[in-house]
Amino acid sequence: MLADAALAVMWIGLTCYALFGGADFGAGLWDLLAGGVRRGQAPRRLIEHSIGPVWEANHVWLIFVVVMLWTEFSPVFAAVMSTLYIPLTLTALGIIARGAAFAFRKASSEVWQQRLFGGFFALSSVVTPYFLGSVAGAVASGRVPPGLAKGDLVTSWLNPTSALGGVLAVLTCGYLAAVYLSGDAVRAGDPDLSAYFRRRALVIGGVTGVVALIGIVVLRADAPGLFHGLTHRALPLVGVSAVLGAVGLALLLRAKLTLVRVTAAAAVAAILWSWGAAQYPLMLPPSVTVADSVSQPSVLVVTLAALGVGAVLLVPSLLWLYALFQLRLVPEQPQDGS
Amino acid sequence: MEPVILVPHALAAAAVTPENLDAARAQMGFSLAWHIVLACLGVGLPLLTMIAEWWGLRTGDPSYRLLARRWARAMGVLFAVGAVSGTILSFELGLLWPGLMGIYGQVIGLPFAMEGIAFFIEAIFLGIYLYAWDRLPPRTHLLTGVPIVVAGVASAFFVVAANAWMNQPRGFTVRDGKVVHVDPWAAMFNPATPPQTTHMILAALMVAAFLTSSVYAVALLRGRRDRYHRLGLTLPLALGAVVTPVQLVVGDWAARFVAHYQPVKLAAMEGVYGTGSHVPLTVGGIAGHNTLQYGLKIPDGLSLLVGYSPNTVIKGLDRVPPGLRPPVTGVHLVFDLMVGCGLFLLAVSVWLLVLALRLRRHPGPWLEGASRTLRFFLALGALSGPAAVIALECGWTVTEEGRQPWVVWGLLRVQDAVNVAPGLLAGLWLVVGVYVLLTVGTVYVLRRLTRERPVPLAPQEHDVREYPVV
Repeated sequence: MLADAALAVMWIGLTCYALFGGADFGAGLWDLLAGGVRRGQAPRRLIEHSIGPVWEANHVWLIFVVVMLWTEFSPVFAAVMSTLYIPLTLTALGIIARGAAFAFRKASSEVWQQRLFGGFFALSSVVTPYFLGSVAGAVASGRVPPGLAKGDLVTSWLNPTSALGGVLAVLTCGYLAAVYLSGDAVRAGDPDLSAYFRRRALVIGGVTGVVALIGIVVLRADAPGLFHGLTHRALPLVGVSAVLGAVGLALLLRAKLTLVRVTAAAAVAAILWSWGAAQYPLMLPPSVTVADSVSQPSVLVVTLAALGVGAVLLVPSLLWLYALFQLRLVPEQPQDGS
Repeated sequence: MEPVILVPHALAAAAVTPENLDAARAQMGFSLAWHIVLACLGVGLPLLTMIAEWWGLRTGDPSYRLLARRWARAMGVLFAVGAVSGTILSFELGLLWPGLMGIYGQVIGLPFAMEGIAFFIEAIFLGIYLYAWDRLPPRTHLLTGVPIVVAGVASAFFVVAANAWMNQPRGFTVRDGKVVHVDPWAAMFNPATPPQTTHMILAALMVAAFLTSSVYAVALLRGRRDRYHRLGLTLPLALGAVVTPVQLVVGDWAARFVAHYQPVKLAAMEGVYGTGSHVPLTVGGIAGHNTLQYGLKIPDGLSLLVGYSPNTVIKGLDRVPPGLRPPVTGVHLVFDLMVGCGLFLLAVSVWLLVLALRLRRHPGPWLEGASRTLRFFLALGALSGPAAVIALECGWTVTEEGRQPWVVWGLLRVQDAVNVAPGLLAGLWLVVGVYVLLTVGTVYVLRRLTRERPVPLAPQEHDVREYPVV
């Protein structure tokens, strides 16, 4: 019971990272695809405005998940990190490149610098979620055995399920970002830009659906255990995700931009929770369960209590942050000075 | 007190190649050494910025307000770089040291979980502080800086508490190679936590203060003697001057703590081989023939420092077999270098105090003119930043190297914690390459920011071009 609570809290953290941090990565994808300096100026400006104040806070969810994993399921953490050493090192480097380049671009004023740093920012925004998705695929397809570096260092993350996980991660990040940005553009007073991102949301939403359908075949062949879980216990969640995805496309066509935020976020969350439901109670399929790997009850109680106290401080602060920048996307005229 | 070899076998490493071990240690060492400077600036710079903003609001002095905005701009870059270079460290704990985390992850999880919350608060309010400069009333805006400072100090406390646990592992028992009876509070508040965290937080304030003031000392040396640059030197230097004497006392406390709780580490720091009383304090020197050669010896010095009496017995390296001793020459010289830099910073602080007293007695122009004494003072001020960073890195090296060959003191050796996956060396070179680019980028962007004119009203809003102060 306590172990399940700890797992659920970790999974909530992972969901928040996908919905907030994921959208920041997705914004990088659209930055990459925005075209030349002149053509891409308006979307890049909006992207910078939207994610600038919030990306660091959103990024903390990842640290939260990592710390929860090693605190609550230490042997699982050791097994995952040691076997998946290569993609996770690349993830860490991608995170460095993304964050630093974004900050550098903000601080530079010449076009060539902005292009250079912008390129690093955009490229690493695509590469990083791919590796994270492939790590998820590696775990879900049972390629990470317990122990230190006991799995295959290469094929554990270069395989069909990992590729599917990586591509789906990039696509869902891009979908979330396009949906959020089309709403942000309205509030920034730019309907053309809103339509621009709405079109992209429709396209990438459709592509994501197609990839998900192909994924059924891939998982059936490559990860039968996961496939069984998804088609049995997790089936309702899979269905919810599919329905919400379709509803989201319909809402995008009718430009219901606030509502589609909710359905898009819920659809992505449903994908993550269906993975969790399909795999539960296995932490490292096919053998290591929650009960095998969970930490001592004293650790779980104290950590969860500390997080509960922390949440009292965090939640209002986060809400204030989002309210401050989402409700007034464009800064008002300066009132300070004369 | 001697360490007991007690390696839990549940996750005991397979064949570890020396190459892997060296590569992992090098990668962890340099990514930590890199991040620690940023982490210190993350603790101290928001405090300096808030002080400048507060004085700017109180007095209406445009120089203070300009300083606040400049520092806030730099903070935006430094915090981002610090956040990402800190993230890779949490990855590296697993990527490089899965043998440590797989067993003890649950024991030291609590301070890291709390650090996560503190870092969250820091990131949220930094976003608000930097981006909402023009959206909030000035006083409210100033107050949004408070959580950044508090959370920054708290982060430093939690992370260093986890490191202190590696020096004084508490709060669990090992039975049949498995960790049982975990008490996370006892682990977090282990005996090493109070001296180590205090020493580190003060060091963070010193690094931020002296580094910032040295930037302005260089500008003053180059002839920019306006009020803005003079305040840019004296405001952070004053903070450094307040903290440095306290640090001296805390450092003494930390060293005495090590003498009692980790005698082997102290023996390496001071190059003491034989256990006994009347132990001299050796400055400099190289280890050889079971003694420190070529060093300057102060008779009875170490015994006096540790126990206030020449009869104080100091435990030497002879208490443990050679295989369990830290590298003596390196730890000793690095320790001396840290103390030397600390004393230098104390001298700079005292000189600033003298200048301030003189100014109080004879109000008038300050830091003006071209006297040789003033130039010398400014030169020392310019050196104070690098000296603080050297002291910081040396202190960190003493903590880590002095604990060798243990990662968890007396319980788990570094070589039993390292990842056994082949190819760690290739990973090291890749990471080094990325950090070289990161360093070049950070320095380049920061240098550009110092030249930026005018400073935007909201430090992060490019659109706002006009700023009435400049």
